[in-house]
Amino acid sequence: MGIPREDVLHVARLARLDLTDEEIKGFAGQLSAILDYVAKLDELDLSDTEPMAHVHEAVNAFREDRVRPPLGQETVLANAPEAEDGCFRVPKVIEA
Amino acid sequence: MDLVGRTIRELRAFLDRGEVTSEDLVRAYLDRIEGWNPRINAYITVTAELALEMARAADRRIRSGQAGPLTGIPVGLKDLLITEGVRTTCGSRILEGFVPPYDGTVVARLRQAGAVFLGKLNMDEFAMGSSNETSAFGPVRNPWDPERVPGGSSGGSAAAVAAGLAAAALGSDTGGSIRQPAALCGVVGLKPTYGRVSRYGLVAFASSLDQIGPLTADVADAGWVLEAIAGHDPLDSTSIDRPVPALRDLQPEVRGLRVGVPREYFIEGLDPEVEAAVRRAVGVLEDLGAEVREVSLPHTGYAVATYYLIAPAEASSNLARYDGVKYGLRVAGEDLIDTYRKTRAAGFGPEVKRRIMLGTYALSAGYYDAYYLKAQKVRARVAEDFRRAFQQVDVIACPTTPTPAFRLGEKVDDPLQMYLNDIFTIPANLAGLPGINVPCGFTAQGLPMGFQLLAGPFEEEILLRAAYAYEQAAGIKRPKPALG
Repeated sequence: MGIPREDVLHVARLARLDLTDEEIKGFAGQLSAILDYVAKLDELDLSDTEPMAHVHEAVNAFREDRVRPPLGQETVLANAPEAEDGCFRVPKVIEA
Repeated sequence: MDLVGRTIRELRAFLDRGEVTSEDLVRAYLDRIEGWNPRINAYITVTAELALEMARAADRRIRSGQAGPLTGIPVGLKDLLITEGVRTTCGSRILEGFVPPYDGTVVARLRQAGAVFLGKLNMDEFAMGSSNETSAFGPVRNPWDPERVPGGSSGGSAAAVAAGLAAAALGSDTGGSIRQPAALCGVVGLKPTYGRVSRYGLVAFASSLDQIGPLTADVADAGWVLEAIAGHDPLDSTSIDRPVPALRDLQPEVRGLRVGVPREYFIEGLDPEVEAAVRRAVGVLEDLGAEVREVSLPHTGYAVATYYLIAPAEASSNLARYDGVKYGLRVAGEDLIDTYRKTRAAGFGPEVKRRIMLGTYALSAGYYDAYYLKAQKVRARVAEDFRRAFQQVDVIACPTTPTPAFRLGEKVDDPLQMYLNDIFTIPANLAGLPGINVPCGFTAQGLPMGFQLLAGPFEEEILLRAAYAYEQAAGIKRPKPALG
């Protein structure tokens, strides 16, 4: 038993992951085994428990909004798979 | 004079007395790395030229009388700490060619302190793994037995310190990734309190759990490194603005210290040799005058399930940034979305994909309440268990791992068995608490064992003091693996 193939494909679409047929089969089984295991949390009555928001119950952390020298366009683009005219180059998004 | 396999304090004394230079030290470490790294694969990148340059700068600083505690000390960095001008892969093909344009805060702090960087250490891909087998750069091997895993995800850091390929190393710990490999390799590994050390420039895995910390030859060294990297950083809004205690002059004093032993950590599946070693370690603390008592942490058995919802959920969000646009691998597709999908399919390994899938599933419409929200409620219960326990005791002593190092390949096809290896380390991450692995002997087969001490939030001084007292009294030898 695994989670249905359509569910695996749906999640892969959300996660922007292309999966091979073998991966789809593998994940269906493995995810279902892990989800079966985490179902043990259902043993607990959590009706009176608030979900944790932060381990130290910290409140907002503010800092001065100071201007610092930026890294520079050339430095930032140095790692880009493709760059052109000071911009990151990507496949066309908007249809003409 | 044998220079490798020394503590930071020993090396400091040599350097300050002018008996060796940092350049001598670095050459000795680089020689050893050259000999042993092909066998154990602890380093992904060795920066020999850069290290020698940093060593010569450190020597000038030492001669001018400006040396700090770590000036001239050769260290290694887990390859998810970004380093200006030095490739940072995170153990992944997707970042194989990534050269960061700036230093993370801990890296900058070590650099200012004059520490010398030997290179970048191997790790499970994106820190997801407990055996170092998920690295895209090949598994690390345990220096005590190359057929066995070093643990993970900071397996390179632990193996390097154990084998004398670095005087100390930095790692990161999301569910045990410092403490578990430290236990399996026989070194000290310290996960500080959540918020104690800045994570600016740490490649994010699960942001509510990740914390950076040291792996060192002994407890006192861990105090030296933590003191150097800890403290508030305005660039990490989760770093806490609290003074860092003095950690370089620990007193081995535990008389009257209340040590709790949680009954839920001594369960089926705990290796009998490990259990005996942990109980002996607790006995040593008792002989030193600590008051040992049993405590209960009733939600311990739910921690792994809780973690494997929260950590993948946060990871699925954090790893959305690897899209082939601004940095890292790009595999061209028909359009932008297709490019994302192909890039991520080619760039991520199986474990990272599995966690992204699991996390995306747990956060997807209709499942959020049943999984993520429920996990955050159980997490609150786990933290509450500790809060109550620390009203009765000062530290908690327990196993770090259920077993000594297991064989390569043994658990790689069974994700759930692999995850259960972190059963004793995960609770401290869920509760944000500091924890340390302290070596406590060897199995009959010659594999290292460790035990774990945990303390309340920001109580690193008490934690280290207890660990130091144990280490001094137990007279644990630090034999080097034969690497034969």
